[in-house]
Formats: sequence, C-alpha cells, structure tokens
Amino acid sequence: MEPESAAAQAAGAGTRKRVEEREEVVIRFAGDSGDGMQLAGMHFTNETALAGNDLSTLPDFPAEIRAPAGTLAGVSGFQLHFSSRDVFTPGDAPDVLVAMNPAALKVNVDDLQPNGILIVDKEQFNEQNLRKAEFASNPLTDGSLDRFQVFEVDITKLTINALKDMGLPTRTMMRSRNFLALGLTSWLFGRPIEPTIKWINQRFKKTPAVGEANVAVLKAGWNFGETTEIFRTSYTVRPATIAPGRYRNITGNTATAFGFVAAARRAGRPLFLGSYPITPASDILHELSTLKNFDVYTFQAEDEIAGIGAALGAAFGGAIALTTTSGPGVCLKSEAINLAISTELPVIIADIQRGGPSTGLPTKTEQADLLLAMFGRNSDSPIPILAPATPADCFNMAFEAVRIAVTYMTPVFLLSDGYLANGAEPWLIPRAEDLPAIPVAFRTDPKGYFPYLRDPETLARPWAIPGTPGLEHRIGGLEKEYLTGNVSYAPANHEQMVRVRARKIAGIVREIPPIEIHGPAAGDLLVIGWGSTYGAIESATRALREQGRAVSHVHLRHLNPLPGDLGDVLHRFKQVLVPELNMGQLVRLLRAEYLVDAVGLNKIQGQPFKVSEIVTKATRMLEAPR
Amino acid sequence: MTTTPAAALNRKDFVTDQDVRWCPGCGDYSILAQVQKVMPELGIARENIVFISGIGCSSRFPYYMNTYGFHSIHGRAPAIASGLKATRPELSVWVVTGDGDGLSIGGNHLLHVLRRNVDVNILLFNNRIYGLTKGQYSPTSEVGKVTKSTPLGSIDYPLNPISVALGAEGTFVARTVDVEAKHLQDVIRRASQHRGASFVEILQNCNIFNDGAWSPLTEKDTKADASLVLEPGKPLIFGKNRDKGVRMNGHQLEVVTLGNGISERDLIVHDETDDGLAFLLSTMQPPKFPTPLGVFRAVQRPTYDEAINRQLTQAKDQHGVGALNELFGRGDTWDVPA
Repeated sequence: MEPESAAAQAAGAGTRKRVEEREEVVIRFAGDSGDGMQLAGMHFTNETALAGNDLSTLPDFPAEIRAPAGTLAGVSGFQLHFSSRDVFTPGDAPDVLVAMNPAALKVNVDDLQPNGILIVDKEQFNEQNLRKAEFASNPLTDGSLDRFQVFEVDITKLTINALKDMGLPTRTMMRSRNFLALGLTSWLFGRPIEPTIKWINQRFKKTPAVGEANVAVLKAGWNFGETTEIFRTSYTVRPATIAPGRYRNITGNTATAFGFVAAARRAGRPLFLGSYPITPASDILHELSTLKNFDVYTFQAEDEIAGIGAALGAAFGGAIALTTTSGPGVCLKSEAINLAISTELPVIIADIQRGGPSTGLPTKTEQADLLLAMFGRNSDSPIPILAPATPADCFNMAFEAVRIAVTYMTPVFLLSDGYLANGAEPWLIPRAEDLPAIPVAFRTDPKGYFPYLRDPETLARPWAIPGTPGLEHRIGGLEKEYLTGNVSYAPANHEQMVRVRARKIAGIVREIPPIEIHGPAAGDLLVIGWGSTYGAIESATRALREQGRAVSHVHLRHLNPLPGDLGDVLHRFKQVLVPELNMGQLVRLLRAEYLVDAVGLNKIQGQPFKVSEIVTKATRMLEAPR
Repeated sequence: MTTTPAAALNRKDFVTDQDVRWCPGCGDYSILAQVQKVMPELGIARENIVFISGIGCSSRFPYYMNTYGFHSIHGRAPAIASGLKATRPELSVWVVTGDGDGLSIGGNHLLHVLRRNVDVNILLFNNRIYGLTKGQYSPTSEVGKVTKSTPLGSIDYPLNPISVALGAEGTFVARTVDVEAKHLQDVIRRASQHRGASFVEILQNCNIFNDGAWSPLTEKDTKADASLVLEPGKPLIFGKNRDKGVRMNGHQLEVVTLGNGISERDLIVHDETDDGLAFLLSTMQPPKFPTPLGVFRAVQRPTYDEAINRQLTQAKDQHGVGALNELFGRGDTWDVPA
C-alpha cells in the first residue's frame, strides 16, 4: 500500500488499528553518529510542523565527528516535543525512544518515561554491539526493559529487503536505516511523509538511485507500521492553536544569521562577519557565507583575534560588523573587544555559549559566559549584553544588537548558547517591511567636528568613515582627550572618559521596554531567568500557577544594562529564584545590584533544565517555613 | 575646512598637529618624513588614505599622518586592515608595524595578509629590539645579543623578515633603510603602486636601545661594500669600486671579484618575478654576503579584496539582489489561518 496522504492513512488505519489521541508527545531518535539521527529528527520535525502542532527540538550529538561505531561515545540523539498546546521546551523525558543500536539504548533508556514506547533495531543487539555498549547481558531478553512497551523491529532487515533489487552495496543500503525509522514513526504519529519525499528527491537530484532508495525505505517503514501486527495502536496529536500567519521551522543559529542580515539591510549597510570556525557557532558563518547577494561579506580569519580584528576594520569603514564565536574564542577576543570599547566602534560579538572551562563540552550547552561578557576584560570596560530566550527570538535579539551598536557606537555582546543554536521551533515569519529601520548617519560635516564629540542624548560619538573629506582623524586604544580624541594621559581626563563610557552604556536602559511579568505582578515567588532557560521556566511557572501558586516568571533579554524597573519588580515578591545553567552568575549580579536575597538553582551538566527540576525547587521554596 | 584636490597636496598636508614623540635621533623620523614626502605624489585624496598600526614605537606612526588612522592592538593591524580593505577596496590602506609587532605577537596575521594578497602596503620597521618596552630582544635580534631580558645573550635564532614574507607567498617583497631617503621613497612609491599585499622591511636604527643596529649598511665608508642594491634586469654588482658581484655556484650563491676572467656576464641578473632567486637573495647575510636592498619579488596575483567583492557581485548577478521576504520564507513553510 502506497502512503497517499496522512489523512487517508489515518482513516485507513482506523478500520483495523486503534487511533489514540494524545495531547503531546516527546520523541527521541538515538543512534550511532553515522546513523543519520539528526536528519531523521529534522524531517520528523518538518512533518510535525506541517501537521500544525506547536513544537520544540533539541539535537544532542557527540563532539567527536565519528567516534568508533557502536560505542557509547558515538551516540547521537535528536529530541522533539510536539503538542496540541503551547510548547516551550523539547520535553523533560521522552514518551518514545527509537534506539538504533545497543549503545543508543544504554545512553538514553534511563530518560524514557515508564510505559514509554521503545523501538529498537533488533538485529543490532548482537554480541559484538552489546559488548561495545558495555551490556553484560542482552537487555531485550534479560527483563531489564519490562517497564516499557518494547517494539523489536528488524530495521536493518526491512531496509535491506526494501532495497534488495536495486543493486546497491550493503554499506549504502545500511545508510538508509534512518529513513526506515522515520517512515515507521511517521506512521505511528500520523505525520505526512510527502514533504520528506519531496526533500529526498530534491537532495538527490544528481544521484537519483540513492534518492529512490531512500524513498523506498521511507515508504517501507510506513507500510511496516501499517501492516504489521506488532503495532496495534497509532497516535494522533491535534493541531495546536497558534497565532495566524506563515511559519517555518528555524534553529537559533539560522535565526541569528537572519537577524543580522535583516538589520544590515534595514541600516542600508553591508554586513561583515569576521569569524574563526568554532562549535557551536560555525553554522552562522556557514549560513551567512551563502548570502553574498545580500551584501554579506564573510571572512574566515586565521584565528579568533583576526576574526574580530577584521570586523573592527570593517566597522571603522562603515559596515555592520560582527564576529561569531564561543567561550574559548571570547577569551581570545577580549583585547580587541576592549579596543572597540575604547575606540567606540559598533561591532557585535555573538557568543554561542558551550560548556567550559577551556575546551570543555564543545557540543553541550551552558550559560556560563555572562560574567565573562560582563567583566572579562582589563579595566572598567562596560558593554551592552543581550540574550535571546528561544531559537526564534535569536532573530529579534540579533537585530536589536545591531540597532544598539550603531545607535550608541559600542560593541555589543549577544549571548546565545548551544541549546538555542541547534534547537528549533516554529517562527512566525515577519514581513521585512514591518521591521524597524536602523538609522545610520555618517558624519560628513567638518564644521565643529571632533572624533569624540558626543550626542547629547545617547553620548555616542560620530561615525566618521574614511573617504569623508575633511574628517581625517586618528583613533586608537590609548586614552584620549574628551572631545578631541587626542592621546591624553591627564588624570582628570581619564576619570572623565571612564565615567562617560560607563554613562553611555548605562543610558541604554531607556531603550528597554517595561518588564513583562508572566503571572501576577506581585506574589510569593518570582522565577527570573535569562537566555535559553525560558522554555523550562515558563512551563514550570505555568504548572505552578495551575496548582494555585502565586508564582511569576520574568525573563531578561537585556542583561547590561538591566531593565530600569527590575528592582521594583524583584521587591514585589516574597522570594526570588534564579535558575541558571551555571554556578550562579545572574543571581550574583541581582544580589549585588538590588540587595535582594535571590536564590540560585544551578545545573551544570551540559543539558537544559527539565521542567520538573524547576517545579521541585520552587515548590520546596514555597513550602519551606519562613 | 575644505578638501584639497589630491594633485595640489604637499608634504605639509600630511603633517598632523600632534607633537612627534619618538626619541630624538630615532630612525622613525626619517621614515615619517619620506612617507609624508611621497604621499602627495601618489595622486590619492587624503581622505582615502588610512594608516593602521599595532603597538610599539613604530605603531605611533598614524598619529603623525594627517590621514585616517587607527592605532590598534599589538600585532593585529593586518587583520584590521584586511576587514577595512575588503569592504572599502577604494581606500589606500597602509599597515605600519615593527619586528616585535609584526613578527612576534602578530606573526600569524602577517602570514595571512600576505598569502591572501590583500591590497595593503605593509611597512615593517626592523630595529632588532623592543624599544617601547625599553630594550628586550626581538625576534630579529642576533643570537648572543645581550639585552635586559637576555643578560647572558639571546639563544633564539632570529627570523629573516624577507624570507618569511616570501614564504608566506607575498607578491611584493622589498627592503630599504631608514636613512637612505631616495631609496626609501622609491620603494614606498613602488609598494603603493603594486596591486596586492606589499611588504617593505625598513632597516631602522634605535639609537637608545640598539644603536648601530645596521651600522655597516648606513656608515658612509662601509655601506657600499655591505649592501647590494637590487635593480630589475641588472647584474648583481656592489662595492665601493663596483668591482664585486654575486654569481651562482651550483645551487649556492657566491661573491666574486670582477676581472681575472670574471665578467658582468657571469653574474646573476636580477629578476623580480623569479621566486627561487628571490628566496636565495633573501638568505644573503653578512659577513659572507652584502645585504640586498630593493625589490626581491614583484608578481601579480588576484587580490583578496577584488575577489571577495567579485563574489558579491556575481551572487547578485546570479540570484538577484537578496530580498528579505524571500530569504525568510525559504524551505518548508506553512500557514496558520486566522
């Protein structure tokens, strides 16, 4: 039977098989890093978006490109949470786990919900693979999986059977196993596979034999679900109620790249990226390097320092300039960031944070560079810091970073992280014409010009670019005289300059909209966070309010300066909880700034918060005798 | 203030109102004077000229040039210049650096600006010492040199800036001397005319911490024997009496005296496009050889700034000027009805 459409399939299935409705599902695909689990997950996500569910995704892959096949180190995973309601996180614990080999089972099985659906490729549970995965006995037969609904599927054999007449080498056939799993899970949850077929045909236009093979395997997976006696039930998740408009699925890194391109376009200037490849930021470089017809220059520099150095040169010349990196790269760029602070040139430092210190956990997430961004340079060197809350929000904050940089003539930190970068969610596509213009006015009038003349409101100095007659001037990292910019070591002048640089950045507070409080404006507990913890905190605080608790959520997207009304909001709650994926960085700033007895909830495992972790901590605080 | 047309500019137009703060007697004064003298001849409007430097004595240079200028951080001027030139190819971009700034802390950037062939002019002032930090040995200091940080003599083997620049695929590589006003001017003029990265090593004296750094090359009675001026198409002849030359002996260079059966025809004829010759010449060092001055290598290769801008133009020709709405809607989209 050919899968014509999801609806027809579901109707057909209904005659023989039970269709159970679920409000939400969390599914995780796990396999060897060469098994194509990211691809399977990505396409399941696209199918799910087209089915109208709200969703959120999280890939989890090893740092090694190809760890030895079948080992625990080589396990790669992709988790998707989809629902008929609003989704804020990729989900705490999967309801469904697809494990392509014993190692994938071993690494992931502890997360699976009791009575969860476990689909395994039975043939891969041979002695050799079990040994590589460090299993003492076969979990499929030793009873250790009894608490789950285990479906032993011959994924390997089904794949090979589907392809046996095509004359492909076994190795090539094996690489299509992910499509078998995708076809099967698509059937299980009534996802349409047409978009995946379309993608395969497009992707393998030049090697149609491979494309055909993948389509055949995908359909075989679907048909197996449909015909086999193993699966008696399939599931459906109704479309979510979502704001009207056109959507696409977007990762944080793509959204970041788009935000910069849009900002440069709205500023009417070319975009220049100076960057050195680093996980998990490189995808922004990749994305932007394809957008040259948007006047985007990408410069893959010889090192991190040259990346920001070239960006500074481009900024001096009038481009919208940025550098993309992760924590280790920020450490290398510190001196150049300070040069940007001293010369008051606009440049964006997009730090896609990862676990540290040092090389740390390249592919795992952490939000532990806040204090680095805030203080990680010599001397008093204030810099604005912005942090997107969700993958799609990366677009808004990248755009906002550019706006602040050119309005205030300052470098700006954008703190994303690995979880946002690789995570994806539906994005309500904005119309370009609705985006605000970013006014850029280069100084051209030599009359009354000084390199450090300041705008009375923003305190920004004029942007006078080479090529402008009569404005020839010199800037540099030496302290300069207020107004003229000439080198000056005068004591009082230095203090004046340090103070005016600080005042300029503090003044950005006027740009920050009033705080949005999710929940009551005053109450028993305020949970306050920043960056990628948004989803987990929002889900947790909603759950707590549903239990009748007076709990609110505030999420900071501006971290320096902090919103002007933050002190007032903090003091309206009896207790303040600050969940962070670090040892307590925002909590330290809040305690110092507002003398508030805020409490941290800290997780440093390279993994995002589970909603339950925040609910548990909040409940404990609410129930503690005070 | 009004714009002075490039043609009507003179040396004074390139002098700033800032007091020059190099030590009296420093070789940098001469270099500054020659650069200011050459600038008006280049036919480039002052506002289109940018001097970018790193850190060190030489890197104060931009403050004294009445053009656009950027005194940046240690060693990074080539990176800053690359970003500026890539996005503003119409500008005339100059990098001023030193032996410490360009070959030690900034060695990496120097290699890459040269191999990319970014159309900038790099002036590396080589005084074989750290001056601004008051007298430590530099990456071009001789082995055995006693300095504040090498009381028992330096044990580091020095870099040869010309060999480094050639090894980094520099398309224009030259050497001159701070006090040779005319030669310095000629080399700067040629560097500015070269399309692509121009690297000029300027042998410079530090009269405070390394006085006489290049004295055999600068003293009147020794310089003719200690140096050899390279001229394209001319045999390699040098010496007070123009009676010495350099020829090939197998794969080695050899100094010979003309006469006794050795004529000009036996000598190497300089060819700025011969890569092998350029490297051989770069290895000529005292006491065995005179120090070559002039252009070692001048070849054409597409420049980085041209290439990066060509890619932008081609992308626009091929795909049209990018439209945001089209970009945002790429890939699978779906509509949620109101």
